[in-house]
Amino acid sequence: MNGVRRRRDAAAGALGALYLLLATPPLRAWLEATMSGHMLVQIPLLAAVGFAACRLLPARRQDALLAAAGGAVPYVVLATFASGWWMLPRALDAALASPLVEAAKFASLPALVGLPLALAWRRLGVIGRGFVWTNFISMLAVLGWLYLAAPLRVCNSYLVDQQQSAGWLMVKLAVLLFACWLGSLFVGGGPAPHARASGCEADRSATS
Amino acid sequence: MASLARSVAATALVTVLGTGVFCWGTDGFTAYTAEAARRADLLRAPRPLPAAVLEDQHGRLFSLDDYRGRLLVVEFIYTRCETICRSLGMAFRQIRDRLPAAALGREVALLSISFDPARDDPASLAAYGRSHGADGEHWRLARVRDAAQLRALLDAFGIVVIPDGRGGFEHNAAIHLVGRDGRLAGIDDLDAPVPFADRLAGTL
Repeated sequence: MNGVRRRRDAAAGALGALYLLLATPPLRAWLEATMSGHMLVQIPLLAAVGFAACRLLPARRQDALLAAAGGAVPYVVLATFASGWWMLPRALDAALASPLVEAAKFASLPALVGLPLALAWRRLGVIGRGFVWTNFISMLAVLGWLYLAAPLRVCNSYLVDQQQSAGWLMVKLAVLLFACWLGSLFVGGGPAPHARASGCEADRSATS
Repeated sequence: MASLARSVAATALVTVLGTGVFCWGTDGFTAYTAEAARRADLLRAPRPLPAAVLEDQHGRLFSLDDYRGRLLVVEFIYTRCETICRSLGMAFRQIRDRLPAAALGREVALLSISFDPARDDPASLAAYGRSHGADGEHWRLARVRDAAQLRALLDAFGIVVIPDGRGGFEHNAAIHLVGRDGRLAGIDDLDAPVPFADRLAGTL
C-alpha cells in the first residue's frame, strides 16, 4: 500500500513538473513558434497531462465523478467540444496574443479534454471507443486537409509554409493513427477492450 | 434508469453550453479565424485610430487626421514585397480607376502605408508608387518612422507582420476603409476590389 502511494506521489510529482515545464516561457515560446509545435505537441501534451492526472485519482473519486454525470457520454461530449475549440485557428491566434487566453488554454486542455476523456475511457465499450477514435481521426484529417487547401493564411501569427507543414503532419498523423487503430482491432482479436486499451490510451492521449 | 436520465441531462447541458461557447467565440459561427473576427468587430463598432506622423514619397509629413471629412482607403505594404503586395497594388489601382474622377482626392483618397520604415525611404516609396500607377497625390505612399507609432497603428488596423527569415515579411493583406470621422470602418478582401469600389462610389 505504501509502495503504491509512493509510486503515485512520484508520478504526480513528475506530471506536475511536466506541466510547469510546459508553462515556462522558453518552452512555451519554442513550441508556439511553429504551428506544428503548438497544435501537435504542446496542446496534445497538455491534454495528456490531464489524462494521466485523472489516472492518479483514487478509483473512488473517479467513480464518483462518473456517477455525478450519469456515465461516460457527457464527458466524451465535453472533451469533444473543448478539444474542438482549440482547433479553431482563431483560438490559436488569441492564445498567442493574450496571456488570459493562454492561461485558459493551459487550464482547459488538461481539465476539460484530458481528464474527462480518461474518466470516460474505461467505461466505453468497443463502439464508444471506436466513435472517439474515428471522430478524432477524421477531425484531424479534415483539419489538416483544410490547412493544406486554404488559399489564405488561417492564423495571422503563423507563416503560410508553417500552415502547410502542420497540415501535412496532421494528414500523415491521421493516416498513421487510423492504421494503428485498425491494426489494434485485428491484432487485439476481440477480447474485452481493457486488454488492449493501454496501448491505445497512450496514443490517444498523446494526440488528442 | 436514474443514471440514464442524469446522463441525458448532463449531455444536453454540455451540448448546449458547448454550442453556446462556440457560437459566442465565433461570432455566431461566422468568424473562425482572427482575420474574420477583426472584420466582424469593425462592422459592429468602427475603431478609433491612434495618432501617427506619416512621411510620404516626397518626404512630406502628414497624419491620418488630415483626411478627416474624406473617405480614406488604406493598404499596408513593404516595397520589396514580391507576392501579396503586388495583388494589393493591383487591387488599389482597380479601385482608383473605378472611382469617379471628380471625387478622387476631394471625397476619397488612397494611401499605402509601409511597415518597413527602415528600408522604405521616400525614394523606394516613390518607385513603388510609380510601378503601381499611383499619382502621389490622390494615392500616396507613406511610412511611419516612429516605431511605437507604427506598432500602435498596425495594432489598431489589426495587421500582424512576421519576418519570413529571408529578409521579407509575411503579413495579412486587406483593403481598409477609414470613415469620414477618422475611424476604421471596414476591412475587405483584396480579391474583390471592384465591388468594393462600387460600394464606395455609392456612398460618395
